[in-house]
Parts: sequence; structure tokens; C-alpha cells
Amino acid sequence: MAHIVSSWAHAGSVLTVHRWITVIGGLLLACVAVLVLCLQFGATSVNIGSVVPAIMHLFRGDLAGSPSPETAETIMVQIRFPRVLMGFLVGGSLAAVGVTLQALLRNPLADPYVLGVSSGSALGVSLAILFGIGSTFLLFPLLPLFGFAGGLLALILIYRLAQSKSRLPIHSLLLAGVILNAILTAFIMFITSIMEPNRSAGLMAWLMGSLTAPGYPALGIFSLYVLFVLAVLMHKAQLLNVLTLGEETARSLGVETEGVKKHLFALTALLTGAIVSVSGMIGFVGMVVPHAVRLLIGSDHRLLLPASALVGGMFLALADTIARTIMAPAEIPVGIVTALVGGPFFLYLLLWRKDRML
Amino acid sequence: MTTHTIGRASSLLALDGPAIEVKGLSFRYYTMEGQGRKWTLDQLSFHVDAGEILGIVGPNGSGKSSLLKILSGLLPVGEGDVLLGGLSLQKRSQADIARLVAVVPQEYVQVFPFTVVETVLMGRFPHRTVRWWSMGIGDETANDLACAHQAMVDTDVVSLADRLVSDLSGGERQRVMIARALAQEPKILLLDEPTAFLDINHQIEICSLITRLRAERRLTVVLVSHDLNVASQYCDRVLMLKEGGLCRIGSPEETIRPDVLRMVYGCDVVVDAHPQTGRPRVTMPMSTV
Repeated sequence: MAHIVSSWAHAGSVLTVHRWITVIGGLLLACVAVLVLCLQFGATSVNIGSVVPAIMHLFRGDLAGSPSPETAETIMVQIRFPRVLMGFLVGGSLAAVGVTLQALLRNPLADPYVLGVSSGSALGVSLAILFGIGSTFLLFPLLPLFGFAGGLLALILIYRLAQSKSRLPIHSLLLAGVILNAILTAFIMFITSIMEPNRSAGLMAWLMGSLTAPGYPALGIFSLYVLFVLAVLMHKAQLLNVLTLGEETARSLGVETEGVKKHLFALTALLTGAIVSVSGMIGFVGMVVPHAVRLLIGSDHRLLLPASALVGGMFLALADTIARTIMAPAEIPVGIVTALVGGPFFLYLLLWRKDRML
Repeated sequence: MTTHTIGRASSLLALDGPAIEVKGLSFRYYTMEGQGRKWTLDQLSFHVDAGEILGIVGPNGSGKSSLLKILSGLLPVGEGDVLLGGLSLQKRSQADIARLVAVVPQEYVQVFPFTVVETVLMGRFPHRTVRWWSMGIGDETANDLACAHQAMVDTDVVSLADRLVSDLSGGERQRVMIARALAQEPKILLLDEPTAFLDINHQIEICSLITRLRAERRLTVVLVSHDLNVASQYCDRVLMLKEGGLCRIGSPEETIRPDVLRMVYGCDVVVDAHPQTGRPRVTMPMSTV
């Protein structure tokens, strides 16, 4: 017995607690390194030596009453740290949503942006802004709710399209997503066109996918929300594994698939709504990151989901650092950076690796 | 009574009694037109003995796959009743059925890079112990690994353990899917067209495997096949469906007969005796043109 266990464990085919902790622990260390790196760069360069003390100050909570607030430290604490953390949370959530959608739709190219789920959320948020629900401050609690509603509707629509025949080819689903995306984007464009120019400019910048530095209370609420949904998703990871066998096989293994699917839809829409309401439409993170992680550590969702979330966080934090610095002091929307990295990768997968994965 | 205790009781199937009893089963797919649609399955009554291999044959659209799905709880029992091990299907939860019945689907497409071991271990899902704090990590017990290993030994896929399922040949993948089903430790194994899409060498391999497993594991097997010769050679009894109704059930000699086949399929075929087994063998007649 022990022989079987150990020989399989060494082959890396059975997910042991030891392997899980090793991979996730390693990624957590990498995350810390990446975050420290990202904090250094920006319109104002900050010496690495001052990054750590600034964070220490932050955790001691003595910022406001800090006797000599140096400029560098202020930038670090008030702007850069919350923004990098925000990028990390958004990237992680996008990757987690991507992993979940891919398993649910059994399609390795599924991504909230490509399938139009992000557009659905964005339309919900745009409508809320148009009718003056919430303010320009994008973390007003109602906006994620509208994002959730819009994302959920888009998700259900896409799923119905995928369900119309018992088996929908991967390309047809993508095509349906592209069309849905186009229609939803048209509505969003319509909304921006009837707004006053100064408001629509802000909306456009947000739509392109951009991160801002939130205040600490907002960041705290957002972190708790995201971490809670991710923890619930993590509890469904084993079910995601079984769902990839196909819906009927999953049911023959005792999974009440209808209920599970509804939960997963709601969870992905909750995350997408929150992400879109704070950062607009950031594309391809949800597709590129899970794919790369899957190649490295395999498909077991109990490991894939948290690992993708961590890698997605690092990826977006780095992408945002590029977006902040490449045209400094001006910034470009981070969505442009992720699209420029992710788009070609997506095409590569679609065109040259189809034999392997489709 | 909790689901758990039902699960315990139900796994003790009487070895001589019928494993499956179907009583007056009728089923139709729900449509918007409602009651006007004709029955997919109409008034079926039969039983499957424990340790028996039953073949379900019939023309396309005769309800073979629907019947198999009802037996595994994937489709609801419309009218009548289906008893598994003496207990009605409707009184069992999906998880409870999963500990008793395993299904090998006709086709298995995996788009993600799962290894053979990972796939086989998913068969242990109905037996997992839920520990919410572990989030499923390390849930595989030594018993789970042993069951999966034995299933892989029985289906001869141990050497493929760390290969990706997507990289396997059709015959290898079918064996992996049977291993996955065996890891469930079922009493009843349902197979939908187990030899479709396979080359003749793999067809022989899969059929002998099913016969061997029945003997080694005392499994009750129900398989759907469009191949009359597979049904004749490898099944103890054959159930013939025609337009959702039970046309004939009995030994291959009683069912695979020119007159019965003419009635069910509406064509003439040549039926002679297999040179080795003496069982009916179906071949196409000489072309009349």
C-alpha cells in the first residue's frame, strides 16, 4: 500500500498535501518578490531600501501621524502599495474566473473577456453610472452589484448557446462569445456617446481596463470580498475536476450537476462583477495564465485554481507596472498591455496548437 | 434514514436475486407540445440477474441509450419503476446510485491535460469523505489509491499511468474509462457502445476484458451495442428494442434469429452458427443487384 502511494506521489500524478504546500508556498514567496519589485518602479523611482520600511510603517498603522512624511514614503504608502495590491487581487480573480469557466464549459480558451462576461458586467456598471447610481468613485457598493447582474446574464446567455446542442464545438462557443461581446460593446458605446464628454472620457478610460489606487477602506472591503469568493471557489475545486469528465459522467459519479453549475455561475459572476467595477475590462489574463500554469503543474483544479490565482496576481501586477512606467509620467491602460501579451498567445493557441488541445 | 446508511445497505446486493428489475417502465422526453409526443420507451418490464451480461440491441432511435441512462439515474423514470438491488431508483440519491452503478460513456473527450491516474482516481469521487477544511487536498485515502491501482491492473493500464488521456489511442482510452468505472467499485456496470469506433483488435480486447471482469468481480453488466455479433458472442441474454418497446428478450439463440431481425430491422440477414462458439452469427446477405 505504502509502496503504491509513494511511487505515485513521486510521479507527481496524485495531489498530495506535501506537493500542494510546496507549489503554493513557492508561489507565495515569488509573489512577495514580485510585489516588492513592482513597488520600486513608477513615475518616481523609489529605492528598494525604502520599500520595506514603508510597508512596515503601513502595518504599524502610524502613517497618518508620521512625524516626517517623506515624499517617497507617501507615494509608496498612499498610492503605489494599494494600487499594486489591487492589481494583484484583480489579476488573481481574473485567473480564477478563467479556470472556473474553462472547466465549466470544458473549453481551454474560455475567458471572461473573450466570452463577453466582462462586457456584460461593464454594461451593467455603465448603466448604473448613466443613471447616476453611484458616483465616479468606482467602489460604490452598488456598482459591483450591477456588474454581477450584467455578468450573470451574459454568462447564462453564453451557456444557453453552448447547450443548444449536446456538444458545441470549441470554435462555435468562441464565435458566439465574439458576437455577444460585439453586441454588448455596442450598447456600452451607445451609453458613452450620450454622456457628457468629460464623464464619457472617464468611462472610456475605465472600460479599457485600468487600475487606480483605492483608499484603504475600499481596498479592505474589496480584498475581503475577493478572498471570500475565492475560498468558496476553492471548495468546489474537486467538483471542477469531475465536471471536466463531461456533465453526464459527473452525474454518474454522484454530482448534482445542476446545483453545482448554478453555484459556479453565481460565483464567477460575483467575481467578474467586482473586478470589472474596479478595473474595467482587462482581457486575456483569465485565459493565458491558467493555460501556462496547467502546462507546468497539470490540470488538478485543487492545485490549478490557487496556483493560477497567484500567478494571475503576479502577472497583472507586473503588467500594471509596465503600464505605469513605460510612458511615464503618463500611464497607459493596463488592459492594453495584457491584450498585447495575451492576444498573440491566444492566436498561437488557436491556430498552431489546435491539434494538442482542441 | 440518512443517505449514508442507505449507501451502506444498498452495497450489500443479494448475489442470486435480480440486480436490476424494470417494471412497466415508460419514458418520454419532455417537449413543449407536452403529452402528444410518443413514448421513447414504452411499457418495458424485464430483470437482470446478478452476475449476468445483458446486451441491449435495436435499430437507431429505438431507445437503447435512453434506457441505459434511466438505469444509471441520468434520466428520470417516467412511469413504472426501476429497482436496483431491490430498492427503487427514485428512493436513491445520485450519490447513492454512483456507489452502486458505474457508467462507461460511448465517447470520452478530455480537453485538459489530465493523466490516466488522475482520471481513474476521479472514479473514487462517490466514496470520498468530505472534510471541508481540507478543500479536497489530500482527500485520496490509501484505500482510494489501492482501488484505483487494482482497477488499473485489471484493465492493464498501469503502464499508461502517467500518460495524458488525450494522448492515448481509442482502445487505450476505452480501457482507462473502464478502469475509472471500476474504481467506483460498482456492483453494476453499464456500457454504451463499448466497441464503437474501435479497430477489431481493440474490440476483441474490450469484449474479453468485460467477460473477465464479470467473472473476477462478480459484476452485473448491461451493455448497449449496435453490433449484433458482439451481443451474440459476449452476452448471456439479449434484449431487443423496437421503437421503444421490448420486442424480445432471451438467450442469443432465441433473439438473434432471421425472423426476429426481419421484424425489428425490416431486412433480411444471414444468420449461421459461429464456428467456435456455435452462437448465432449475423452477416449481410449476398447483394441482390
